[in-house]
Amino acid sequence: MTAPLIGARIQRKEDYRFLTGAGMYTDDVALPGQTYAAFVRSPHAHARIKKIFVDHAKKSPAVLAVYTGTDLAAAKVGGLPCGWLITDVNGQPMKEPPYPPLAQGKVRHVGERVAVVIAESLAQARDAAEMIEVDYEVLPAVVDPVRAKGAPPIHEAAPDNTCYVWALGDKAAVERAFAGAAHITKLDFVNNRLIPNAIEPRSANATYSRAEAGYTLYVTSQNPHVERLLMTAFVLGLPENKVRVVAPDVGGGFGSKIYLYPEDVVVTWAAKQLNRPVKWTAERTESFVSDAHGRDHVTTAELALDRDGKFLAMRVRTTANLGAYLSTFASCIPTILYATLLAGQYTTPLIYCEVTAVFTNTTPVDAYRGAGRPEATYVVERLVETAAREMKMDPAGIRRKNFIRQFPYQTPVALCYDTGDYEATLDAVMKMADVAGFKRRKEESLRQGKLRGLGYACYIEACGIAPSNVAGSLGARAGLFEAGEIRVHPTGTVTVFTGSHSHGQGHETTFAQVVADRLGLPIENVDIVHGDTSKVLFGMGTYGSRSIAVGGTAIVKALDKIIAKGRKIAAHLLEASEADIEYDRGVFKVAGTDKQKSFGEVAFAAYVPHNYPLDKLEPGLNENAFYDPANFTFPAGSYVCEVEVDRDTGATQIVAFTAVDDFGKVINPMIVEGQVHGGLAQGIGQALTEGCRYDSTGQLVTGSFSDYAIPRAGDVPLFKLDTRETRCTHNPLGVKGCGEAGAIGAPAAVMNAITDALGVRDIPMPATAQTVWRSMHKAA
Amino acid sequence: MSVKVSMKVNGKPVSADLEARTLLVTFIREQLRLTGTHVGCDTAQCGACTILMNGKAIKSCSIVAMQAEGADILTIEGVAKPDGTLHPMQAAFKENHGLQCGFCTPGMVMNALDFAKSHPSPTEEEVRESLEGNLCRCTGYHNIVKSIMAGARAMGGKL
Repeated sequence: MTAPLIGARIQRKEDYRFLTGAGMYTDDVALPGQTYAAFVRSPHAHARIKKIFVDHAKKSPAVLAVYTGTDLAAAKVGGLPCGWLITDVNGQPMKEPPYPPLAQGKVRHVGERVAVVIAESLAQARDAAEMIEVDYEVLPAVVDPVRAKGAPPIHEAAPDNTCYVWALGDKAAVERAFAGAAHITKLDFVNNRLIPNAIEPRSANATYSRAEAGYTLYVTSQNPHVERLLMTAFVLGLPENKVRVVAPDVGGGFGSKIYLYPEDVVVTWAAKQLNRPVKWTAERTESFVSDAHGRDHVTTAELALDRDGKFLAMRVRTTANLGAYLSTFASCIPTILYATLLAGQYTTPLIYCEVTAVFTNTTPVDAYRGAGRPEATYVVERLVETAAREMKMDPAGIRRKNFIRQFPYQTPVALCYDTGDYEATLDAVMKMADVAGFKRRKEESLRQGKLRGLGYACYIEACGIAPSNVAGSLGARAGLFEAGEIRVHPTGTVTVFTGSHSHGQGHETTFAQVVADRLGLPIENVDIVHGDTSKVLFGMGTYGSRSIAVGGTAIVKALDKIIAKGRKIAAHLLEASEADIEYDRGVFKVAGTDKQKSFGEVAFAAYVPHNYPLDKLEPGLNENAFYDPANFTFPAGSYVCEVEVDRDTGATQIVAFTAVDDFGKVINPMIVEGQVHGGLAQGIGQALTEGCRYDSTGQLVTGSFSDYAIPRAGDVPLFKLDTRETRCTHNPLGVKGCGEAGAIGAPAAVMNAITDALGVRDIPMPATAQTVWRSMHKAA
Repeated sequence: MSVKVSMKVNGKPVSADLEARTLLVTFIREQLRLTGTHVGCDTAQCGACTILMNGKAIKSCSIVAMQAEGADILTIEGVAKPDGTLHPMQAAFKENHGLQCGFCTPGMVMNALDFAKSHPSPTEEEVRESLEGNLCRCTGYHNIVKSIMAGARAMGGKL
């Protein structure tokens, strides 16, 4: 028997190739006869296209083709679909305006694709793209979501620029609770728009084979099967079996690579027209204007409390900016993944949330790390902290007074939490962060001219949206299961195929740990394959911190089948009854005896079935499983952030950040810590440095890394982390997921700390030095 | 306009006729097919394209190939030993989980190699300062900082 691998800090199997330059990212793929695409993009936020002059470009050296929306329409290329139907408060379906891959008649945001040039080299494609002239009639643009209603219509299908008005909760009961409350805390705030900025820009490289009448698309995708399904069934009308989608090494996603993008469709369609491979890779400037953005909520939130600080009710009104078009999952983010999280860790009995989702002349907005849940956590945790200050209560104490302590717990906003221990993570974080010593540190800071503040955030996350039938009844247009396959080779080594996709998360290691542990194999004997529709049976991909909870469980279900069959084979080999065979980490044993067979011996017998029950059992050892979870998983945690604000400059330094998370069972603590570090940095980025800005005409003024500040090494501290464990009750590993936690909890913790330092009710994110300085001077 | 460029890359002499405007990174990736050097931005901010030119870390997206005429270039593909053993800095990244998606990693390692030559025992603050020109979106820099501190100590000031 081998040492347990679950829970071990095992170094990553994927690292060698990344550290030696042997990774294979989409832009690294060069195909025979490769051609290159360059897109012409709209410089206007809102304009009618009067004419596109393409003749010069077509005659430019080495240009193979120029296509516009007219060409795609003539070829009956469809629009991009939205994967979630939200029903309006009036019972009407949301407005779904067409989203053509290349603009038809009108452009609706800066960066929208107007034409594509395909040439023998990238430089030639770009040169020719410069020669395309577009005659625009510029129209008034709207960028502020609050002003969208009543602004000139962006889509015919949505004359008031409203996609839907949606609500959750018992409005009348909430109103009554507010009427009788001893105290009401009210905050108005903006959850700032963010630009995901995975360091690898999006890329797509498509090829068509006449011999096979089939396509292959290499693409920066978090979910290649979903990409294929959407593209074949809804946009290009191709037989799914004739399209192979490969998402090779992908350089970060954070949500932005979940979606089917117009560029993917265009290069795939063009590859057949030209009978040549067509590659497009975004320049960073293109990423800024064409990758789906995140957040962008304008919210009024209120919390009603009794005189003892017990939460009675919460009332939230949010305007969500969807941008110019409905991106793949845009509609469910500010609704299903937002309002349902507003209970947080608390027993608030009544919650009402109303969301108005609007179109504006900005880049489409969709899921970005956390997706709805950071916005919800920000609402809850800023309200709770503010209420504590207003009522002169200890912010930790008011949280404890309202913690959910009995599980399962049905919230008033649809979710049912299966397990958790919020007191345990809060206790641990307060000890680790030395909250007791804060007063002394604050005085010390003051002596050095610095204002010190401490802020909490106690977040809850819901991972692995499920089950499919419930999601379907709420408007999901896709399944939410995951698939896995275990292929045991005759010599007992194993290849595992998963529908999850790794783009930094380390699945090749974590999943191998799960399989090697169960089969008693060295981890080197287990390989994980992902990201290729021609290899993996099916997959819904990676988003919403679902990989281990849903994808990992599908693998465990397939392992169960392998072991069940192995038990039959072992019983035959050991001349025992199947019921007497015990299995533990690679050893099949007859109970109460020393008779045993190793997993390798059983695997060999399955493939060389000389001594084998062929009358009862098929040879071979290869099983797959689809797993549709019974419920979400509910990771939770408590964060404490401590900041120092420079009184002269307003610059904020995070001097300590302590996070204690409950992710259920942790498979590889090293990888989990890495996920938390990254999430925290993105959450700190939202709070301190990252703010997407458009001017009033819809020009993106934060369109490069010089203007849009993702955190640099000097902006973040070394983090202090720990975990507590309550196991998920409805999956066999007891796992919950960890990918988004940091980004969900950090913004509220940072802003609670800054407002504490400054002694103000609220300041907007990002709290740049300028914003903080202005706040200090306004307060003075 | 076509120009002939010659240089040494990872110890091997290479030469090619290139359009004069060809960036060094384009030459490395497209002509030499050394795709470990990455392009993550178009404003010389992200550092994914960092290589060593004559021993000094530079962003290969911000010079044209002919500016490297006669130069000695080291890319990530040339860092490990010929038998495949990782260089101490690469090994430190692996041991400290200093990478996730791997896209910024080659630039991080190349920059760290140059930094560590002059900083055999760097402080956390010095390492963070050295990373001013290298962006990572996955790791929150925590484990990159630890990796570079450990890698620098292992290198002892020598490449």
